[in-house]
Amino acid sequence: MSVKVILPTALARHTDGQKSFDSQAGDLPGLLAEFDVKFPALAKNVKDENGKLRRFVNVYVNDEDIRFLGGDAHQFEDGDEIMLIPSIAGGSCADSA
Amino acid sequence: MASSCTKYELCCNECGKSYGNRPLSACPDCLAPLEVQYDLESVRGRFTRESVTAGPASIWRYKELLPIPEGFQPDLPVGFTPLVRAKNLGKRIGADNLYVKNDAVCFPTLSFKDRVVSVALANAQAFGFTTVGCSSTGNLANSTAAQAARLGLKACILVPADLEAAKVLNTQVYGARLVRIDGNYDHVNRLCTLIADEYNWGFVNVNLRPYYAEGSKTVGYEIAEQLGWRLPDNIVCPMAGGSLIRKIRKAFKDLIALGLVEPKEVRFFGAQATGCSPIAHAVKNGLDYIEPQRPNTIARSLAIGNPADGPAAAKMIQETGGWAEDVSDVELVSGIQELAEDEGIFTETAGGVTTAVTARLYSQGRIGRDDLTVVCITGNGLKTTDALEGCFAAERAVKPKLTAFDEYIRVVDGQLIGADADLTLAGGAR
Repeated sequence: MSVKVILPTALARHTDGQKSFDSQAGDLPGLLAEFDVKFPALAKNVKDENGKLRRFVNVYVNDEDIRFLGGDAHQFEDGDEIMLIPSIAGGSCADSA
Repeated sequence: MASSCTKYELCCNECGKSYGNRPLSACPDCLAPLEVQYDLESVRGRFTRESVTAGPASIWRYKELLPIPEGFQPDLPVGFTPLVRAKNLGKRIGADNLYVKNDAVCFPTLSFKDRVVSVALANAQAFGFTTVGCSSTGNLANSTAAQAARLGLKACILVPADLEAAKVLNTQVYGARLVRIDGNYDHVNRLCTLIADEYNWGFVNVNLRPYYAEGSKTVGYEIAEQLGWRLPDNIVCPMAGGSLIRKIRKAFKDLIALGLVEPKEVRFFGAQATGCSPIAHAVKNGLDYIEPQRPNTIARSLAIGNPADGPAAAKMIQETGGWAEDVSDVELVSGIQELAEDEGIFTETAGGVTTAVTARLYSQGRIGRDDLTVVCITGNGLKTTDALEGCFAAERAVKPKLTAFDEYIRVVDGQLIGADADLTLAGGAR
C-alpha cells in the first residue's frame, strides 16, 4: 500500500524542495513517525514538543479534512493523497520589504 | 497627510519570534499566526484625543496605530461609520442602552471589509505586488476589487461557486478577475494558500493577513471615540474567521494603554449562524480548539467552517466573561427585518445573525438591561436580498385614481389612514 504526500512550498523547505513523495504509512501517526526518520526537519516543524501534530497544521485526505474522517484513527487507503497545510499559510520567508 | 512613523513588525503569537515586515502570515518555526505588534511608547503623546479629532473623518485618523508603510498617502475616506442609539430595537429586546455600529454604510463597498482591505493594499503596494487577490465569501471580494481598481492594481478573486448573485456582480463590475471555485469557503481558502505560495500575488487575507487584520481595529477605535472616549460594557460581534472580535479588543487595549479611555473590562459576545457555528460551539463547550464544520446556512458571509482565528477568538471570549450564541436561518431573517423596521438599517444575513443573537443574549440574561452594549453590524442588506425572498407579497398595481387608491388602502392597511380620512374624501373626490 502506498499513499502520496503533498506539501506546500512553506513546508517543502524542510524536504529539500520535494513537494510530493510516496509513503507506506497506514495512518496519520504512522506518517508523522515516518517524517522523524525521513525528514527530521519537517517533523520538527509540524509537531509540537509532545510529538503531536501542531494545531496550526491541517491535514486533508483526498481533499477532505481528516478531522471529518476520524483524525488519528482514520486508516489511509492505497492511492490516497494526503496534504498537509498550515491553517494560516501563505507567504514567503524571504524579506521583501 | 503624513504617513505613520510608529514602529511595528510581525510577531508570532505562540513562540514570540519577530519577523520584521514582509508578506508572511504564519510563523515559519511553529506555524502559528503572525500578528502586527507596535511600539506603543513611540506613539505616546502623539496619538491623543486631540490629534485623532483633528484627523480626517475616516480610519486614517487612527493611522498612528495602523501598519501603514512609510510614505503611504491615504486615498479613500474609508470607515468612520455611524454609531447610532438603538432605542426601538432596545425596546423590543429589553435593552435600555443599546447602540448599533453601522458598517452597512462603510465606504466604498458597504461592509467592514473596506477597512481591512485599505490597510492590506497599502502594504501590497509597499511590498511591490502588482496583482492582488483574496479568498472571499463576498464582501471581501467586493472591497478588494473596488479598491484595487482605484489603486491601479490587478485583482484575481476566488469565491465559492454558490455565492449570492449581487456579491458576484459587485466584484465583476470593478474589472476584477473573479474565479468561482466548486467548493465552500474553506476549499477556496485552502486553494488560495497554495496559490500564494506559487504566484507572486498579494492575497489580502493570506500572505498579507497580519496587516489586513489590523484594519479591523478601527471599528474599536471608532466605537470608543463615538461613545465620547469611553468603552462599552459589552460588544456583540459576528464571527466568521474570528478576527474582527479579537481586533476590537486589541483596539480597546491600545486606547487604555495610551490613556485615551479609562480602563474597563469589556465583555465580548460572538454571533454565528447555527448552520456554521464552530466558534460558538467551542465557547459553549469550553474548548480551546475548533472542531471544523461543513457550513450549511444562508449567512454565507459567516460560512467559514474552519476559521483561522477561531481558537484565539473562542479563548478570548471566555477570558472576558462573554459568551457566543448561534441562531437559525429563520431567526436571522427575522433579525434582518427587526433591525430594518426598528432602526432603519438594512443589514445582510450576517447582521441578521448578530441582531438575533443580541436579542437572545438579553433574553438569557447574559447581558443586563442597563448595560452599555454595542452591536456590530458589518454588511449591507442590498447584497443579500435573496434571503428575504418570499417575505413580502407582490402587490397588485393600483390605478392612478384617488378612489382606486382609497379603496385599495382601506383593504390592505386601513390603519394607515386615520378616522378623519372619511371626511376628507367624502366630498368631491367620490
